[in-house]
Amino acid sequence: MHIPDGFINAPTSVATAVVAAAGVALALRKAGRELDEKTAPMAGLVAAFIFAVQMLNFPVGAGTSGHLLGGSLAAVLVGPWTAVLCMSVVLITQSLLFADGGITALGSNITLMGIVTVVVGFAVFKTVVRLMPSSARSVAVGAFLAALVSVPAAAAAFVGLYEVGGTADIPLESLVAAMVGWHVLIGIGEAIITGLTVSSVLAVRPDLVHGARGLLTKGPLELRSGLSAQARS
Amino acid sequence: MRPRISRKAFAVLAVVVCLALAGFASYYASRSPDGLNRVAQDHGFDKQQKDHAAGDSPLAGYNAKGVDDKRLSGGLAGVAGVVVVLAFASGLTYVVRRKRDDEPQD
Repeated sequence: MHIPDGFINAPTSVATAVVAAAGVALALRKAGRELDEKTAPMAGLVAAFIFAVQMLNFPVGAGTSGHLLGGSLAAVLVGPWTAVLCMSVVLITQSLLFADGGITALGSNITLMGIVTVVVGFAVFKTVVRLMPSSARSVAVGAFLAALVSVPAAAAAFVGLYEVGGTADIPLESLVAAMVGWHVLIGIGEAIITGLTVSSVLAVRPDLVHGARGLLTKGPLELRSGLSAQARS
Repeated sequence: MRPRISRKAFAVLAVVVCLALAGFASYYASRSPDGLNRVAQDHGFDKQQKDHAAGDSPLAGYNAKGVDDKRLSGGLAGVAGVVVVLAFASGLTYVVRRKRDDEPQD
């Protein structure tokens, strides 16, 4: 969903750059409290993983592809503020080094893929986890649903942005239908990748999953306490 | 719900997975336009796209410039991207955490 240069007009691009800069500035202030000595290395790993998986476009039918956005995945693994930073690092690198996503569109891309997906994804995740029993499975299901919703949400936000500052005159209804329609499909891929990744990390290092923090202190989840899985940490 | 591998092993495993995905698996990714590009084509606003200012960068388009073999060129670009993003995000995290130690009130 990387917006190239030329799709969004200059005033709107400036406005989204201000939004993105404010979001990143706030995240820089708040991310510190999400990361302790043990989980800090996760931020770099999560950003690198999202960069790598974003290269893996998967077909969604009729000659169209999609790729992971990663905002929900990052929010669940490292927390929402750190997630905004991870996404921004990925998007800035892609734009400046790989010419993927316009430089004038960087503010728009950070706003949509780095902030909207994180905010929507984390809100869905928190809601699901609150409604379900406290377990690792709930964390994985929450991550799956967060990812599923976050992609069409970002697509809808793009349409809103395009209505304000798009450089071509496209009828709103047909743009909404097309953008949201394709991104509902892409969201299914996003959900599968996010669910599998969160489940995998939960299986080996549950203590490194930000969204599973509340689980570790509760007794009934010590399913493997008898096994010799005593990992050094 | 308890750790099954050390943190160090986890980090090494994660980096290896990232390098394998970006350096190797990326060759097999779909080359069809993504959702936004598809919609832009269908609605005719793809023509609004302007040339990228970094279009001549050595890694533009996820291909290492000057490397003819497609698989190698894409793989090298992917590996370079993983290394840069890992370093960039880790460095930023380090600064964020250090700043926090200096200013405990926030």
